[in-house]
Amino acid sequence: MNSDKMLDAKGLACPLPVVRTKKSIDELKSGQVLEVHATDKGAKNDLSAWATRTGHELLNTAEENGVYKFWIKKA
Amino acid sequence: MSTMGIQKMTSKEVTKMILNNEELVILDVRNEADFNDWKIEGNNVESINIPYFDLLDDISPALDKIPDGKNVLVVCAKEGSSIFVAEQIAEAGRSNISYLEGGMKSWSEYLEPVKVSDLSGGGELYQFVRIGKGCLSYIVLSNGEAAIIDTSRMIEQYEQFMQEKGVKLIHAIDTHLHADHISGGRAVAQKYGAAYHLPPKDATEVTFEYEKLEEGNDIYVGNETIKVKPIYTPGHTIGSTSFMIDNKYLLTGDILFIDSVGRPDLAGLAEDWVGDLRDTLYSRYKELSEELVVLPAHFGKVTELGVGGLVAGRLGTLYNENPGLNIHDEREFRKTVTENLPPQPNSYQEIRQTNMGKMNPSEHEQREMEIGPNRCAVHDK
Repeated sequence: MNSDKMLDAKGLACPLPVVRTKKSIDELKSGQVLEVHATDKGAKNDLSAWATRTGHELLNTAEENGVYKFWIKKA
Repeated sequence: MSTMGIQKMTSKEVTKMILNNEELVILDVRNEADFNDWKIEGNNVESINIPYFDLLDDISPALDKIPDGKNVLVVCAKEGSSIFVAEQIAEAGRSNISYLEGGMKSWSEYLEPVKVSDLSGGGELYQFVRIGKGCLSYIVLSNGEAAIIDTSRMIEQYEQFMQEKGVKLIHAIDTHLHADHISGGRAVAQKYGAAYHLPPKDATEVTFEYEKLEEGNDIYVGNETIKVKPIYTPGHTIGSTSFMIDNKYLLTGDILFIDSVGRPDLAGLAEDWVGDLRDTLYSRYKELSEELVVLPAHFGKVTELGVGGLVAGRLGTLYNENPGLNIHDEREFRKTVTENLPPQPNSYQEIRQTNMGKMNPSEHEQREMEIGPNRCAVHDK
C-alpha cells in the first residue's frame, strides 16, 4: 500500500506510538497517507480508536512478525 | 518514588484501599473498549474514563472531570500513558495524583493472601484473592507442609508466602482444567518435587504425568493432620472436583460461587453437561451439611468480598440466596446456564491448550492471554 510518509514507532511503549503518529499526521496535508509501524500491542486498539476520534481514516492494518502496520489518511 | 510531583501506587496498596472501603477516584486512560471490558472496581471507587490520546494536547478535559482535593489514581494498560497524564495533571497544579505501577497488567496479577481460619491440629487455611481478575486460590498449611489448590500462574507469590511460613509444598491440586487462567499448579509442583493432582476426566488430553483426583483417595497435609477430601462434582467441566477440608470447608471450584453458579460451555459441551451441573448443584451438594463454608474459585463482583477481602458463604445460606440454586424448573435452569451467557473469557481456548501442556506460550504471551475478567459464572455480565 502506498504512503506519503513512514513512521517507525517500533520498540516504543504507550503513549509514544500515538504521540508520534499525531505529530507526523500534523505535518501532512489533508488526503495524504501516513504509514506507521509499531510493536506495542496496546498501540493496535489505541491507534484505531484515536483515528476514529480525530476523523482521520484508518485505511488498512496488517500484522507481520510482531510488527503492527497502519495506514492512516489525514482528514 | 515521586516523578514531577506524582506518586507511584502499587497494586497491593490499591487492594488495601479497596478492602478498607476507602474513597478513590480512578482516571482510567485506556481506550473506551478496554475500559468497558474490564476495570478496577471497589465499593468507594469512582471511575472516569478519558483515553490518553484525547489528552495529548490539552489536559483540561481531565481537570474538568476529576474532583479537586480527592485522591486520584491514573491507570492505563502498562503504566507509560498513566505517568504521562498524571504528570500533566500535577503540572496543572493538582495534588494527590498517583499512577498505578505496572498498570492493569500488574493489577491482573496481584494476589492478596487472606486468612480463612485456623484448622484442627494447628493447621491454617488461606485464600489468595486475585482481585483484578476475580480468581481465588487456596493454601492449606499444616506441620511444615503445604498444599495449594487452583494455583494461579504467578507462583512466586505463593513461594514467598510459603517461605515466610516455613512450609514445604507437597501437593498442587486443580479442581478442574481451567479455561480462564493459566494454572501454575504443574510449574510449582515440579519446582518443589510435589505431586500435581488433576481430575482424570479433565486430563484425557494432557501431555504430562499427574496424580488422579478420585473420590476415596483423600489427600493429607502435615503428617495426615488435615484431610482434603475429593468429591466428584461435574458440570463446569466433566471432571470438576470439589474438596472438603477439615470437615468444615467446601472448595467448590468453578461449580458454585457465592452469587452465581458455573457455566457449562467453556469446554464446548454445554448441552451435555448441563444435566451434570444441575445434579451437582441440586443433589450432590444438597446431601452435604448446610454448615459447610463454601470457598469458590472465583468471585464476580467486589460486593462478594467480605471482611478483609474473604470470599466465603455458608452452604445453607447459599441455598436460600444464590439465584443459581433457586431455579426449580429444570427447563428454566437449562436455559439460564446455556443461553445468553456472558462473553467467553479472553483466549479461553488457548488457555485450555496451555493447561493441557499442548501449547507453551512465553511469559509475555501468557500475560496477554489472561488480560480481562474471568467470566466463569453464568451471571457475570
